[in-house]
Amino acid sequence: MIWMLGPERLLATYVKSPEALKTEDAAERLIEKYGLDKPVYVQYFRWLGNLLQGDLGYSNIAKTPVTQAILERLPYTIELALYAIIPVIFGGIWLGVLSGVNHNKPLDHGVRVFSLVGWSMPDFVFGLLVLLLFYTILGWFPPGYLSYASEKIMRSPEFTTYTHFATIDALINLRFDIFVDAIRHLVGPILTLAYLWWAYVLRITRSSMLEVLKKDYIRTARAKGLAEKVVINKHAKRNALIPVVTVTGGMIVTLLAGVVIVETVFNRPGLGRFTATAATQLDYFSILGSAIFYSFILVMVNLVVDVSYAIIDPRIRLS
Amino acid sequence: MSQNKTETKRLLKRFFKSPTSFFGFVLLIFFIVVAILAPTICPPKEGADPFKIPMATWSSAPQAPSADHPFGIIGGRDIFYGVVWGTRAAFKIGLTVSLISALIGVIIGAISAYAGGWIDEIMMRVTDIFMSIPFLVAAMIMTTILGKGLGNVMIALIIFGWMRVARLIRGNILQAKTEQYVMAARALGINDGKIIFKHILPNTIFPVVIQITMRIGSLVITAAALSFLGVGAEPGYADWGTILSYSRNWMTELDKSWFAILYPGTAMILFVLAWNLVGDGLRDTFDPKMK
Repeated sequence: MIWMLGPERLLATYVKSPEALKTEDAAERLIEKYGLDKPVYVQYFRWLGNLLQGDLGYSNIAKTPVTQAILERLPYTIELALYAIIPVIFGGIWLGVLSGVNHNKPLDHGVRVFSLVGWSMPDFVFGLLVLLLFYTILGWFPPGYLSYASEKIMRSPEFTTYTHFATIDALINLRFDIFVDAIRHLVGPILTLAYLWWAYVLRITRSSMLEVLKKDYIRTARAKGLAEKVVINKHAKRNALIPVVTVTGGMIVTLLAGVVIVETVFNRPGLGRFTATAATQLDYFSILGSAIFYSFILVMVNLVVDVSYAIIDPRIRLS
Repeated sequence: MSQNKTETKRLLKRFFKSPTSFFGFVLLIFFIVVAILAPTICPPKEGADPFKIPMATWSSAPQAPSADHPFGIIGGRDIFYGVVWGTRAAFKIGLTVSLISALIGVIIGAISAYAGGWIDEIMMRVTDIFMSIPFLVAAMIMTTILGKGLGNVMIALIIFGWMRVARLIRGNILQAKTEQYVMAARALGINDGKIIFKHILPNTIFPVVIQITMRIGSLVITAAALSFLGVGAEPGYADWGTILSYSRNWMTELDKSWFAILYPGTAMILFVLAWNLVGDGLRDTFDPKMK
C-alpha cells in the first residue's frame, strides 16, 4: 500500500531530519536519486538489481543499511538458537525413545500428555507465563539481553569482543559475572523454545521408534540374546532417527522464525525482534530483507539435511 | 448401504474409544456452545460491532477481576467479553482459512498432478517458492502490505497456507493415476475433469480432511501471534491475541496483569488442544496402518 503514496510522501519516510531538506532542490534531488517518482515496477526491478549486488536497501528503524542491520543483530539470534537447539534435539530424542520403549506404560502416558500440551501451546503465551513466573514473581531470569552494568563493561575498551556472543566473549575475557548474567537472560527464551519443540521432536521420535521396534531385525537382535540396552541403542535408535533428521532441518528454520515471537516477548535485540519491529513500523526494506535472509537460510539448511541423509542412511548413499 | 452404515459406526466407535479424542471432542463441543451463545453470555451494545470489545473504563491500567468483570480489565476493555467473543473469532479464522486454503491446495495439486509435464513443473516450483519463506514471516509481510484487520490477516494466512495440501493431493493423485479404477474410467472414455473430481478426489481427499483439522489450531495461534506482534487485528478487537498483546505494555509488572495472560491464554491452549486431539484421533481412526 505504501507504494501508492506520492513521491513526496515516500521521501518523508526516508528523510528524518529537516536539515537534509535545507537546500531548495534537495527534495527533488533525493526523489531523483532513489527513483521515487518512477512506477512501482521500475522501483521493484531497481530493488531486485540492488539485491543481486547484496544491497537490500536502507533500514529506517535501524538507521543503517538493511544488510548491516541484519548482520549486527544476527549474533544475538544465533546464540539463542544454538543454545536452544541442543536441549531441544537431545531432550526430545531422549524423551521420545523413553516413551517409545515404555509403550503404553504410565511413563509413556505422562510423556504424551506433556507433549500434547506443549504441542498446543502458543509460544507467546508460554513465554509470557515464563516471564510472569521467573521474572515478575521469582525474579530469577530477567528479560532483555544483559543487565545494564554488564553491558557497560562489555562496551568498555578493556573488554575485547571476539565472537559477539555474550556468553563466549565473557568466558574468553574471564568475566564470569558477565557470563552468569548472560546465561540468566538466556534461560527464559531457551525454556520457551525448548518446551514447544520438545513436543514436536518427541512425537516424531516416539512414532518412528514404535515402528522400528516392530521390525524383524529387532526381533532377531533380541533372539540372539543381545542386551536390551544394545538392541535399543545400536539397532533401534539409529534407524528410528532417520525421520528425525528430516524434521530437524525444517525445525531449525522454524526455530529461527519462531524467535520473532520469543525475542519480542523477552525483549532480546536479535533478528526476530528486528523483523517484528519492522513489520509494525511498516519498514518495507527491512521486512523484505529479513524475509530473503530467512529464505536463504531455509535453502541452505535443506541442502545440509539432504547431504546428512546420505551420511546417516547408507541405502540412500548407494542408490 | 447398510454395510456403509456399519463401517461408519465402527469408525465412530474406534474414534470415541480413545480417551484423548473423546476429551478433545468434548472440549470442541464446549467451544462451539460458547461461540453460539456468545450474544446471550455477553450481549453486545445495541447497534455496535459485537466483535469490538466495549470500553469498561477510560483508564488504561489493568484492573483485577471483580464481580462485574470476572476476568478483569486491561486497556479499559473487559477481558471476559473478549474471551467469549474471541471464541467466535477463533472459529471464524480457523475454519475460513483452513477450508479456503485447502480448496486452493486441492485445485492446484489436482491440476498439477493430472496435467503433468511442464505445467506440473512450473506449479511445483511456484509452490517451492511459497514454501521457502517461514510461514509467520510470510504472513507478517502480507499483513503489512494489506494493512491491519482480521480480514487481511485471513487473506495473508490463505495466501501462504495452501502449499502443503497441494503437495499432499498431488502425491496422492500421482499414485492413484496408476490404479486400475482410473485406467478403467479412462478406457470408458470419461473426460479428465470428471475423472479427477468424481473418481480420484473422493479416494484421495481423506488425508486432506485430517490435515485441515490438525491445522486449525496452529492457524489460530499464528493469527493470534500476528495480533500480539501488533500487525493483526485492530486494538480492541475481540480476539485472544489482541487481549494478550495488551500485556506487552505491562512487561515489567506482569503480576498486576496476570489475568490478561491467564484467561485468554488458557482459552487458546484449550481451543488448540481440542482441534489437535480431534485431528489426532481422526488420523488414528482412518489410518489403515493402525487397524
